[in-house]
Amino acid sequence: MIRLEPRANPSKTMVFLTPILAVIATMIAGGILFTILGKNPFEAIRIIFLDPLFNEQFASYARPQLLVKAAPLVMIALGLSVGFRANIWNIGAEGQFIMGAIGGAAVALAVHPLESVLLFPLMIIAGGLSGMAYAMIPAILKTKFNANEILVSLMLVYVAFNFLAAMVTGPLKSPIGYNFPESRNFQEYPSAHNAELIANTGLHWGVVMTLGLVILCYIILTRHIFGYRVQLMGQSPKAAKFSGVSPNWMIVICLGISGAFAGMAGLFEVAGPAGKLTTTFPVGYGFTAIIVAFLGRLHPIGILLAGLLMALTYIGGELAQFQLSLPAASIQVFQGMLLFFLLATDVLVHFKPRFEKRKTI
Amino acid sequence: MTNLLTLHGLTKAYPGVVANDDVSFDIGEGEIHALLGENGAGKSTLVKAIYGLVQPDSGTMTFRGQPFAPSNPNEARAAGVAMVFQHFSLFEAMSVAENIALGMDNPPKTADLSKRIIEVSGKYGLQLEPSRLVGNLSAGERQRVEIVRCLLQNPKLLIMDEPTSVLTPQEVERLFKTLRQIQSEGASILYISHKLHEIRALCERATVLRLGKVVGSCDPRVETNKSLAEMMVGAKLATPKKTEVTLGEPVLELDGLNLKSDDPFGVSLKEITFKVRAGEVLGIGGVAGNGQDELMSALSGEVRVDPQQICLNGAFIGRESPSRRREMGLLSAPEERLGHSAAPTMSLADNILMTAFDRQRLGRRGFIKRPPTTHFAQAVIEAFDVRTPNETVHAKSLSGGNLQKFVVGRELLQKPDLFVVNQPTWGVDALAAATIRQALLELASSGAAVIVISQDLDELMEISDTLAVLAGGRLSAPQNAADLTPEEIGLLMSGEVAA
Repeated sequence: MIRLEPRANPSKTMVFLTPILAVIATMIAGGILFTILGKNPFEAIRIIFLDPLFNEQFASYARPQLLVKAAPLVMIALGLSVGFRANIWNIGAEGQFIMGAIGGAAVALAVHPLESVLLFPLMIIAGGLSGMAYAMIPAILKTKFNANEILVSLMLVYVAFNFLAAMVTGPLKSPIGYNFPESRNFQEYPSAHNAELIANTGLHWGVVMTLGLVILCYIILTRHIFGYRVQLMGQSPKAAKFSGVSPNWMIVICLGISGAFAGMAGLFEVAGPAGKLTTTFPVGYGFTAIIVAFLGRLHPIGILLAGLLMALTYIGGELAQFQLSLPAASIQVFQGMLLFFLLATDVLVHFKPRFEKRKTI
Repeated sequence: MTNLLTLHGLTKAYPGVVANDDVSFDIGEGEIHALLGENGAGKSTLVKAIYGLVQPDSGTMTFRGQPFAPSNPNEARAAGVAMVFQHFSLFEAMSVAENIALGMDNPPKTADLSKRIIEVSGKYGLQLEPSRLVGNLSAGERQRVEIVRCLLQNPKLLIMDEPTSVLTPQEVERLFKTLRQIQSEGASILYISHKLHEIRALCERATVLRLGKVVGSCDPRVETNKSLAEMMVGAKLATPKKTEVTLGEPVLELDGLNLKSDDPFGVSLKEITFKVRAGEVLGIGGVAGNGQDELMSALSGEVRVDPQQICLNGAFIGRESPSRRREMGLLSAPEERLGHSAAPTMSLADNILMTAFDRQRLGRRGFIKRPPTTHFAQAVIEAFDVRTPNETVHAKSLSGGNLQKFVVGRELLQKPDLFVVNQPTWGVDALAAATIRQALLELASSGAAVIVISQDLDELMEISDTLAVLAGGRLSAPQNAADLTPEEIGLLMSGEVAA
């Protein structure tokens, strides 16, 4: 029988090892799932994890997609991780992502067809501020009325979806779009287009900004007193208050940061890879980023790696869908299992498993 | 007298430390038996083995003539062992009755249970309101919940870990009456405490542990405090002394501080007025839950009040934040170590940053300077003899006494003008408590003002120059400590004498 013995100090090795264990466990459980669906599990796993990178036929399309998909995941997850470290649970990044996209796009569409180098930076700022403003709703409700930020932020995602639908059928609808519910195409609007910087790499300004934010977050979270205070707040709000941190301010700041990051990610997405506002452009980055944040251990470098892995399962999952005709839901289950197994293996960080016979005294 | 519980050769080792080394002793039927020892002597591990929380590596136990090896607390409870922990195992978001129901194997309906709680608590003089939330109770009241929870099970053996650390003299007397009542009904009590005069007053036999081994057994009624303490520590002890200083100018003045508590069960502070002068130790006594926590947070800055209600060195600071107050010379240490004055799963070095970052200039433009932080942590560890491998271990891995030495040391090494401390020696062993009291006296001798909020009357009598008592959110006028008798203070504590 297996006994769990508490460790005196959390195991540093396990902090690094459990994400890898979780990936392996996901592959095994996913393999079983694919077998039940009547597919060859080894082939499915190969298509998901290896083909996007190494299959000659797909790699030229899939490799650039890796950055395109990883960038928003990492950017959103970075913002979320700051709050998660402080025990402030913003689950509504998807909503802030949508609002950021709308806010940033609206600036460009309002001045169409302005040609100015200042326009794109302005859009990024507007996107960030829109996401931040949207995250202020749960922040204010939490600080003023102690409303649970998990529920409020989550429910606001659905409000954002409806707001998006209202925008693309109303004020932001393209005047040249034959009445389709979509905005103007940013690819035809050079000063507002988040174009590929180097052809066929997937590298756009959002990717550059994401890398910058990874470094910035790493420095702030590990070297700066703000990162320390975030962690202290996560350990004990009482201790944080004693130390001189205002818990309410912390809630506002953490939700503000995660909202701003998600909003900017939304802007980069709509002005670049998605190209235009439609009701279907949000594909769930805001939710998947929660998995990325945890898989990356709420650590900026970990999040970068986790974001790349998650992007791989997105692309590989799509490949598997049309190659093996796997249902889309099975890929989502596969991604969800990753978080599940990570949380399950987390027990090893604080406990040591001991295999022994039950002894009788 | 027959033996209720016999331990034979009990050994339990953890990685790196032998907590119990071949421990043998017995507890008679209807006996109040003391277990004495410093923090880290292995008392906790030993009682956890009896209560089924840890399984010994070797050795045997016999309970009521039967071999006894509980593999979990349920088995121990079923056999008739109950335990009141030093660190309470209560859920703050649940009511008193719900918490008690959780500890029972077959809890009755809440209404019936509430009736039983009121009945038992009345019978043993432990006032409790079953519907109150535990989160709103003081430490003293929480302990009553734990005791009542045990009494509801009619135990044969009641284990009590440091039960009086939060009680007034009158409450201790009442508790002793309760315990003797339990004893007269035939149960035995295993009583763990550092308060030697209590053990001498209450217990018939004592087993002394040091570093995991039984080092002696005696009848505490014929020993002295000193002889017991020295048996426990294995060394000679000195009592704290204060060098006489003339009191200087007032450092802190409170002028009619009113503070309405947000918590429906909290205590509102009413018209608190006092002065502390440089070189003075002001003791504030009182029963838990009479406004101590509220006063503490008003002084530390966790709760803001009208600016002119608190005056530090001539400046009105009622609205200043805790960090600003620290820079102005007011340092503090709240009662709860884990989760309030220290972060449990942060290293000791990181815990330094909690209060010393600004005042000790441990950063530049907000960026943490690691080497000075580490040095400061090491200085605290060395100056206050904190027993720890190094400054990288988590705060929660330290024993209560060692962590308290660290927390107090962290503030004292920052040379405060005014130091406010709540329950400085709560759950702290004799040697650590003596160190802390001595350090507080030395701080006052160096010309700082010190406010000690404590429920330990002996402690207050030992170190205070002036003494005041909090009762129902009101503070009595501070009086010269030497002129007060324990009885007078006890009366002030019960709030029966208007200040």
